[in-house]
Amino acid sequence: MLKVDRINCFYGHVQVLRDFSLDLAPGEVLCLLGRNGAGKTTALKAIMGLIGVRQGSIKFDNVELTSLPPHEVAKQGIGYTPQGRRLFSDLTVDENLKIGLMTRNRGAATRARVLDLFPILAKRLQQRAGTLSGGEQQMLATALALCVEPRIMLLDEPTEGLMPLMINKILEIVGKLKEAGVATILVEQRVESALHVADRIAFIENGRSAEIVSPEQIHADPSLLHQYVGVGVGVRKAAR
Amino acid sequence: MTGADKRLRVLALHGGLVLVLFALQFLLPDYDHTNFTSIMVLATYAMGYNILVGYTGLLSLGHAMFFAAGLYGAGMGVYYFALHPVLAFVIGSSAGLILAALIGLIALRTTGVAFMIVTMMFAQAAFLVTLYFNDVTHGDEGLTLTQAARGFDLLGWHVDLTNPALRYNLALSLFTGALVLCLALVRSPIGRVLIAIRENEERTRMLGYDARHYKLLALSLSGLLSGAAGAAYVLFFGYVGSSFAAIQYSIYPLLWVLLGGVGTVVGPIIGTLLMFYLIEISRDHMSSYMIVVGIMLVLLVLWFPKGIAGTIRARWWGWIP
Repeated sequence: MLKVDRINCFYGHVQVLRDFSLDLAPGEVLCLLGRNGAGKTTALKAIMGLIGVRQGSIKFDNVELTSLPPHEVAKQGIGYTPQGRRLFSDLTVDENLKIGLMTRNRGAATRARVLDLFPILAKRLQQRAGTLSGGEQQMLATALALCVEPRIMLLDEPTEGLMPLMINKILEIVGKLKEAGVATILVEQRVESALHVADRIAFIENGRSAEIVSPEQIHADPSLLHQYVGVGVGVRKAAR
Repeated sequence: MTGADKRLRVLALHGGLVLVLFALQFLLPDYDHTNFTSIMVLATYAMGYNILVGYTGLLSLGHAMFFAAGLYGAGMGVYYFALHPVLAFVIGSSAGLILAALIGLIALRTTGVAFMIVTMMFAQAAFLVTLYFNDVTHGDEGLTLTQAARGFDLLGWHVDLTNPALRYNLALSLFTGALVLCLALVRSPIGRVLIAIRENEERTRMLGYDARHYKLLALSLSGLLSGAAGAAYVLFFGYVGSSFAAIQYSIYPLLWVLLGGVGTVVGPIIGTLLMFYLIEISRDHMSSYMIVVGIMLVLLVLWFPKGIAGTIRARWWGWIP
């Protein structure tokens, strides 16, 4: 479905991704783990077309994404919820959703499905997005990305700064998306939570793809987490 | 408040504004009657500017070139080729639209401060062109259109654009047309995307919108209204000179919109009206009247960033578009 093949990305002269590769199957949840500055967010941005890829290829159903601008990547069916939520803060929840739904002429059915996933948003439709709580903002950010009915969701630290109840809710949504056949690449600080929802864990180290393992393998050999992230299972919040 | 209530209030506010402006022509003394004609044309220019700065979040410091494109497009057409004033108006408006689209293709490669500077540089170049081709434009001295050139026959009726009453109502029609266009735009899907770009351009792109395409559309529409205002101005008042292309005429719409309320449909007319009279009054009392404009800008930025209509919307009437 999605195949990232040996991509190299730079910020100016600084190389951030080095021959980075991964692949994603339909409905799969792949969790990307690594230390601070390892290149996790950059990898998502590269897939989304937000930073240039100098070498390598990113193919989504055989469509080469590296030459496409972000809006064309989104139209291919890739939704992105960036770190820090990034909403249209001065607009109401309803207006935010309308903007999301207009992209691909999605109508009432998509809106109903999205609000069904996030019932709290249905109660906040006339509230300005910037005045929502952190958890609600995260839900709206995810809802916005879902408005385009993506086949792949890129979630960058969706539980950052949220209380446990909200974290569970967000992870529950990831599970529901999986049931609906939406594949997800999840960048997550909370290793335990990530292990709970992920089908596979991809480690990234200094911009290079390291090992790809199953959650069971990590439970069997926690030293992998020490090696690539610097923490062990049981630590609630790991280093990024 | 239901959607129907909101629509009714919006209609009442904007319809009421047009009715008040219509009624004022019977009450105003001659001097102010002419001023109001001018204010409605300039408010149309400000509304064009507001599409870009207020709804799309792009701050231009070069809008005088689009206004001047309308002025010169229509004015030179009438002056040199004795064009029918209606055709001259269409040419002037189109000149604003086309110039804005062309400038946009280059300037929209930049954002933020760079966009501001690039538009200002283009406008300065346009200003210098009006001076350089002095033989054609007559530079600062400008071109004066005769009364005969500003009249035409329509369905057996002689239309004389120097007639104050007719001029007032034509200016009101232009203003009303721009008001309806802006209202329709901000309530349309395109308007929503422009606002989304203003709020968060990157997020808008991530949702699948080609932000550059929408910004070009906003700049072109803005140029169209600015050009239409310029064309109307020269046809109503019979004069076009280089001073209309100077940076002052790029600063004015910014001030009008800031004072009236950035990103509100009624803001431009409020700001234009107040600033017009503020300048008129201060000009009567001092030669360096622009200092008043400067002080006003500082006060606005420091203590009144949302402008009049913007503050009313933030505090009381959240439904104002």
